[in-house]
Amino acid sequence: MSVLELRGLTKSFGGVHAVRDVSFSIGKGEFLAMIGPNGAGKSTCFNMINGQLAPDSGEILVEGRNIAGLAPRDIWRLGVGRTFQVAATFGSMTVIENVQVALISHARETYRLWRPAASHHRARALELLAQVNMQDAADRPSRELAYGDVKRVELAIALANDPKLLLMDEPTAGMGAGERHGLIELVKRLVVERGISVLFTEHSMDVVFAFADRIIVLARGRLIADGNAATIRDNAQVREVYFGTGKTFAGAAP
Amino acid sequence: MTLNAFLFQILNGLSSASGLFLIAAGLSLIFGVTRIVNLAHGSLYMLGTYIAYTFATKIGGVTGFWGGIIATALIVGLLGALIEIVLLRRIYRAPELFQLLATFALVLVINDAALWLWGPADLLGPRAPGFRGAVEILGRRLPTYDLFLIVIGPLVLLALHLTLTRTRFGRLIRAATQDREMVGALGVNQAVLFTSVFALGAALAGLGGALQIAREPANLATDLIALGDAFVVVVVGGMGSIPGAYLAAVIIAEVRALCVGIGTVDFGFVTINFSKFTLVAEFLVMAIVLIVRPFGLLGKAQGAVRSIAEPEEPIRPATPMLKALGVVVLVGLLCLPLLAQGSPYLLVLGIDVLIAVIFATSLHFIMGPGGMHSFGHAAYFGLGAYGAALLVKWLALPMGVALIAAPLLALCGALLFGWFAVRLSGVYLAMLTLAFAQIVWAAVFQWEGFTGGSNGVIGVWPPAPFDKSWAYFLLTLVLAVAAVLLLRRFLFAPFGYAMRAGRDSPLRAEAIGIDVKRVHWLAFGVAGLVCGIGGGLFAFAKGSISPETIHINRSIDGLVMVLLGGVQTLTGPIAGASVFAVLHDTVMRQTEYWRALMGAIILLLVLTFPQGIVGAFASLWRKAGGRL
Repeated sequence: MSVLELRGLTKSFGGVHAVRDVSFSIGKGEFLAMIGPNGAGKSTCFNMINGQLAPDSGEILVEGRNIAGLAPRDIWRLGVGRTFQVAATFGSMTVIENVQVALISHARETYRLWRPAASHHRARALELLAQVNMQDAADRPSRELAYGDVKRVELAIALANDPKLLLMDEPTAGMGAGERHGLIELVKRLVVERGISVLFTEHSMDVVFAFADRIIVLARGRLIADGNAATIRDNAQVREVYFGTGKTFAGAAP
Repeated sequence: MTLNAFLFQILNGLSSASGLFLIAAGLSLIFGVTRIVNLAHGSLYMLGTYIAYTFATKIGGVTGFWGGIIATALIVGLLGALIEIVLLRRIYRAPELFQLLATFALVLVINDAALWLWGPADLLGPRAPGFRGAVEILGRRLPTYDLFLIVIGPLVLLALHLTLTRTRFGRLIRAATQDREMVGALGVNQAVLFTSVFALGAALAGLGGALQIAREPANLATDLIALGDAFVVVVVGGMGSIPGAYLAAVIIAEVRALCVGIGTVDFGFVTINFSKFTLVAEFLVMAIVLIVRPFGLLGKAQGAVRSIAEPEEPIRPATPMLKALGVVVLVGLLCLPLLAQGSPYLLVLGIDVLIAVIFATSLHFIMGPGGMHSFGHAAYFGLGAYGAALLVKWLALPMGVALIAAPLLALCGALLFGWFAVRLSGVYLAMLTLAFAQIVWAAVFQWEGFTGGSNGVIGVWPPAPFDKSWAYFLLTLVLAVAAVLLLRRFLFAPFGYAMRAGRDSPLRAEAIGIDVKRVHWLAFGVAGLVCGIGGGLFAFAKGSISPETIHINRSIDGLVMVLLGGVQTLTGPIAGASVFAVLHDTVMRQTEYWRALMGAIILLLVLTFPQGIVGAFASLWRKAGGRL
């Protein structure tokens, strides 16, 4: 069974068909990139999978269970982690406390009133921070971190519920080229080690073609291509939506 | 009720709706452009009634009355422009909590100014020249002035609508309401725009007040009553929507009029006097609207609330030094009864301070770590105080039971109101909590047979041995220390972290499985519970209580205490409450114009001391290299 399967997912805003009849699936341990020009419907698609938007029609199956329309926190409980396009932490907490809050929630201990939160799951939180190389910053206020480090901490938080599926909305947005490859390598390593499936959107094509196992392309709300890097590179329709065919200008030439 | 009587009540409701609309429209307009909720809007309305009264009686006749009303609107509009230029311009970039407090300071100052200028007595204006009679409609006599008022509401609505859609000024207002940064970037002089919008809103409030003089006397309590009404209307209609304000004004006024019209109904098994339930009905309307449309009937969802306040330091467990300091203070307080043998007043002051500490700490619990700026915390204090006092009065229950029941009653109130409040954020939450508190206040005030109305409840004295002030002081001390430590414990526990996670980033908190609304709702309940302890203690400490206990002034006092200490620190509310209570009991009692003094203190605090006492002390300390 696929970890995630979309069947005929559709969403419109007023008269705009943001996502039309999109279907695809992700296998276990697959690193799947979703690309497409601006306005293709990537974010809408993403926000339906993570529960921020309810689809008009279609199914979103996580290991066979339809999650369409569930609240984000319920989807998280089913083992779907996510990171945000603009990374941020809980600014009034230290780095490790950020991870601890997620672990506490995962253990369903949110409503406990007595034992200090700092003593909950500290060892496990340090382990997660070590995986993203942030263990040395554990007790620093998280709001003091550089942006690249915030991205790493966010990844550690997203791993707190041992997700089987990780949704990453433009994981490298706002990062420099060197940092970008570092982060994606780290994610790729974790995916391989833990057998997590990842769906990510990305604007930087070098990252996509270098790391993704498979690529799907959206344009104007429709899925137009699905395949490995070589297939996508040679797909005429993909070239057209990204670069245009040039036919429009042919007749105008003097 | 016959059909005719029903239709007549509808007409009655329409005439009251105009007044509600005028004040709510101004409030809405000002908020739309400047993003400031002008708490002094009710005060401008009140000034309108007083100024128009002066014109109508000093000049008299048609000129004095009708000319006076026009002149009043202009004068109040000018006053609004002055307020905008002198005060609000300095605080547009401040956190909204500070903006709300600054405008509340104006409420206090204007109220004392009116007291000084016009005295404490109610002043009833003359009847309107040209509209002295009544016409017979549906077999009843309706004053022609009421008919005039029915017409004036839609007229002003039409005028505003035309201004907003057909003039350059109106286009600028609508543009600024949508995106004021962009309007600024396009080269529009924002200063002039903001000033003129504030003046227009103020003039509408002044006009609304002035038109009332032929119906109701000018009264010093009008400011907050009008403000509470305007909030209900704006919340129901939708912030920033002028047609919404009119629609909501009509709905609220009709609901009120119909409740009064229905009067006492005998259902056979039970007799209900509906005219006592105007406030409950209003509350129900508001509740239903908020459930169905959280941003009001014609309102739009608000953008994320931006806060320009400095981000917070992570909370740390108490350092040995802080613990030692706590022990020293505690020992000092335990010795107070011995020190106070010469001056029993010291113990009274001590009890006041401790109750203030409970009040402020419980408010800080939801306001700081929860990020919910409640402007109606006095409701839970009042529920506790009245709960305790009424149990003693009606059921003659012992103090122990009353002191346990008080927080439970407050908890119920907090859970009820909190359920609605946590669905909103920012200024909406502030307005809703304030409106709830006003409703509790008015219910206590109106339900005379049960609560004693404005006289309150008297003879609530503690039994022996607590009739000795030293014993009662120790009881208060034990409960206050327990309350403070308990709330602190909660903040360090997973629950407190979940609460802060929900405040720091609701989206992210939900994405890690936290039910933010539920967490904040329960926090609201906890704060209400603890606040109720303070209320119960207050009732027995004073021996009598009055609606003053729930008054909006007490809610604001709480906010000032927390801000005085510093909202971002855990010890802040304790220090703030202590300083405030001592100031209140010593300095404020020296003058009749304590409101103005209080207003001046708030303005000073907001403009010069935004971190509070403990916050300022802590940053000095950090600069010196220490850690607190």
